[in-house]
Amino acid sequence: MTTQIVTAPSFPRRLAATLHRHARLRLGLLLAGPVGWLVIAYIGSLLILFLNSIWTRDPFTGLVIRQISLDNFAELLTNPLYRTVLLRTLTMAVAVTATCAILAFPIAYYMARVASPRTRGLLVVAVLMPLWASYLIKAYTWRLILSEEGVLNWFLGPIGLKGPGFGEVGLWLVFTYLWLPYMILPIFAGLERIPSSLLEASADLGARGSMTFRRVVLPLAFPAVVAGSIFTFSLTLGDYIAPSLVTKGSQFIGNLILSNFGVPDLPLAAALSLAPLGIVIVYLLIARRLGAFEAL
Amino acid sequence: MRGRLGPIALRVVTAAVLVFMYFPLTLVIAYAFNDSGTSAWPPSGVSLRWVEAAIDNSGLRDAFLTSLAAALGATTIALVLGTLAALAVARHRFFGREAVSFVVIFPIALPGVVTGMALSTTFATTSFPLGIVAIVIGHATFCIVLVYNNVIARLRRVSASLEEASGDLGADTWQTFRYVTFPGIRSAILAGSLLAFALSFDEVIVTIFVAGGVKTLPIWIFQSFRLANQVALVNVAGLVAILLSVIPVYFATRLTSDTGAAGRT
Repeated sequence: MTTQIVTAPSFPRRLAATLHRHARLRLGLLLAGPVGWLVIAYIGSLLILFLNSIWTRDPFTGLVIRQISLDNFAELLTNPLYRTVLLRTLTMAVAVTATCAILAFPIAYYMARVASPRTRGLLVVAVLMPLWASYLIKAYTWRLILSEEGVLNWFLGPIGLKGPGFGEVGLWLVFTYLWLPYMILPIFAGLERIPSSLLEASADLGARGSMTFRRVVLPLAFPAVVAGSIFTFSLTLGDYIAPSLVTKGSQFIGNLILSNFGVPDLPLAAALSLAPLGIVIVYLLIARRLGAFEAL
Repeated sequence: MRGRLGPIALRVVTAAVLVFMYFPLTLVIAYAFNDSGTSAWPPSGVSLRWVEAAIDNSGLRDAFLTSLAAALGATTIALVLGTLAALAVARHRFFGREAVSFVVIFPIALPGVVTGMALSTTFATTSFPLGIVAIVIGHATFCIVLVYNNVIARLRRVSASLEEASGDLGADTWQTFRYVTFPGIRSAILAGSLLAFALSFDEVIVTIFVAGGVKTLPIWIFQSFRLANQVALVNVAGLVAILLSVIPVYFATRLTSDTGAAGRT
């Protein structure tokens, strides 16, 4: 101990003193790692993706030629296949988002405004668990449910009904199932934030329950619904696993990208993946205007 | 809501939605112990023989270990980078602060197929080899946000004045971190890491793009769906995958019951 006091301060000690005096240096050291990583590994990757989309491909060797051309985009705009697939994917994303919102609202309302605190806590965990449970397996179980000799037909058979089987209706069910928790949690948080005094004021002013719901609760909860829709929309656009599991080969934008990826046509796949990227960025900008970011 | 009708109807819908969310998960358990080993319903009987067969299957075992290694690697990187970013954003005012919190959520907010394409295109363009290292880099990139969100939610609740007091009382930067800041955020770091592990362990959409020939557990499962003789093993692997994502998340929610930061973004 004594010797340490008389000798010069150790290196960590001096470094600590320097860091203490220079807040900017401290900040720089904190940020260098994470910002460096994200800028190089992610923003950089997006730029290289963009570069590849304006490069082209040697038709014989399949190798990428680093020569700027807009052929890929011309191909995307003129080939009706891409328009059909893009439209199908967008329709699916909108349908799934709407269904999730309709299913999520009542349970979120129950959790936020009716359930006791104890039940609420249990329900939050009950919604979180399926959100995190293995995505792939959740999609796969629907193969077991929807198949010809699967669970759904076994249940529906005795009453003379039949499940939708593999196809786009089945896929709509699967996506709704997969992304529902992502919609429930933001709506729950949004509804929980509405002060009870507003509802009481509405009742005092003579509004019935349904009127208060339409004129007070819904408008206040709307940004939270938009926040949830960011997930349901973006996740549906970016998925290629579920379509390959529960449809009979329906093409969605993700499947097209994957099938062109690698040797067949990397630049075309890159150009294709700019479509969902652009759509989601526009969606995020609209969502921000609607106040969804404050509701996240 | 008016009268009793509202709450009763709400209860019924809530219960129905919960059944919708849990029924497919219970099905996985039923199939994992199904004696017949086919996907026909109903199961023919309870048996552990497919669990034993799964343990004996070397391909499945290797895939499991690969996933474990990838998830541990990605979690370690995300844990360090996410904590550093949270400390910077929560405790400093600087130009571009909003941009940092935005860029952190970017990799998870964009569609998975875009992230996968961007990473794999970059690896192809720079001749970086695909495989376990590429998987770890990819996973770490979108796992940072999970640690970041948990730690920053905690830092906002713990006043910075404690750290200032520690400095005033003569503690240096390291001592303040070790004895004041770190104990306060320890459980949030752990919770974020558990979520990062869970996400990395079962991620497949980005992974397929960067894996090259390497098989993680989800990739093994994905490739085995179509093989009739593997279906029974897939069911067992599915149970393992669900448990290894749900158990960490359960503990994470216990650790962050104060901030409720276990949401994905």
